[in-house]
Amino acid sequence: MKLNRREALALGAGALFISLTPFRGALASLTEDEIKAFTGGAAVVEDDIVTLTAPEIAENGNTVPIGISVDSPMTADNYVKRVRILAEGNPRPAVATMYFSPLSGSAEASTRMRLATTQNIIAVAELSDGTYHMAKAEVKVTIGGCGG
Amino acid sequence: MAKSKPRVKAPKKAAVGEIVTIKTLISHKMESGLRKGKDGNLIPRSIINRFTAEFNGQLVFAVDIDPAISANPFLEFTMKATESGEFTFTWVDDDGSVYTKKSKMTVG
Repeated sequence: MKLNRREALALGAGALFISLTPFRGALASLTEDEIKAFTGGAAVVEDDIVTLTAPEIAENGNTVPIGISVDSPMTADNYVKRVRILAEGNPRPAVATMYFSPLSGSAEASTRMRLATTQNIIAVAELSDGTYHMAKAEVKVTIGGCGG
Repeated sequence: MAKSKPRVKAPKKAAVGEIVTIKTLISHKMESGLRKGKDGNLIPRSIINRFTAEFNGQLVFAVDIDPAISANPFLEFTMKATESGEFTFTWVDDDGSVYTKKSKMTVG
């Protein structure tokens, strides 16, 4: 059987996809478990309420600056309770849980985190009305940040 | 390890209703517990696992920290200034140490 260049490339890409699939699946389900543990199984809406700020490309995965901002009036009866930050591609997806209060004035915070590899970062916010909202951001990592 | 040193940048004065930004940083290696040392054994986890910010005894902001937060954990957050008082920032280490720092703010 002779392959031309195009077919060979397609085969290669296919094989790569298959070999990566179970790996990605396992990591993604870890993240899903974390989200479920956070929400208690409640539905999560992916919408504009939550904004996740992260660099498109992080040269050093050891300190990647990230910011979260949730659109909320932050009054005593309508505020953001908690925000869970997860990193899909880390050996352990948990990054941090931030707790806000009406005293916060705005649901904005930033920190620096470690990223093992190029991946999606997820922020899930719990509002005081019991709804959950989510945002995702992809960060490309040049040098992973989990030591070795 | 060297003793962790907390640093805080919080305003000393604010107008009523103003939303102020507070920045905090504490020196800490944040050992994840997943890295291996030269002898091939895992280096035990040692991180700051919780941070809280209170103002006049009321909780403003808190974080449960996992090992994925970078060394020398930096946190920036906001507070709505309503009255004069004092911030109390607290960091809790895995080894049981608690680091605190206070900062006064005059509102009005």
